[in-house]
Amino acid sequence: MTPDDIKARIRTALPDAEVDVVDTTGGGDHFSATVVSAAFLDKGLVDRHRLVYAALGEVMRGSNAPIHALALTTETPDEYRQARQ
Amino acid sequence: MNDPLKKRITDTIAKGRVMLFMKGNPSMPQCGFSAAVVGVLKEIGVPFESFNILADNELREGLKEYSSWPTFPQLYVDGKLVGGADIVRDLHARGELKKIVAGAPVASA
Repeated sequence: MTPDDIKARIRTALPDAEVDVVDTTGGGDHFSATVVSAAFLDKGLVDRHRLVYAALGEVMRGSNAPIHALALTTETPDEYRQARQ
Repeated sequence: MNDPLKKRITDTIAKGRVMLFMKGNPSMPQCGFSAAVVGVLKEIGVPFESFNILADNELREGLKEYSSWPTFPQLYVDGKLVGGADIVRDLHARGELKKIVAGAPVASA
């Protein structure tokens, strides 16, 4: 997997999302991602993460899934702006 | 998912008010993320039960489907998924985890 693969999958499911993905070990299996989307509005953290996991589908499921770990930050556009003011 | 597996999952979640599904056990975690959640729970001093998903592949795969959550650790309080390592650390940093394990509603879920 590459960060661009992950980004593309997330944006297919959440077309408005701004997505930043980093390969944290350089090994193509541990990543961290920040996803900013209006789809997270009025959703708790568990449901936000579920949306991203659902977007990634089989690449995160199963014992041989190519993604072993994905550290996630999920924000709405407003939260993103407030956090960086 | 078949009913016996589903029942085994719900029964296992009900083993503790604060229930951690992790890789390894609290004294010997097999993964940094699981170790981090054990560390947070110990820091706030809440008693918890744990289940080593590495020792039970059927439950491991079933729980992913049951919770729509593809990774471990998974922390449950009163039967409800609180989150994985990111969320647990985030809630702890904001002082909310302590309130959740004390019985406050899980506002973040």
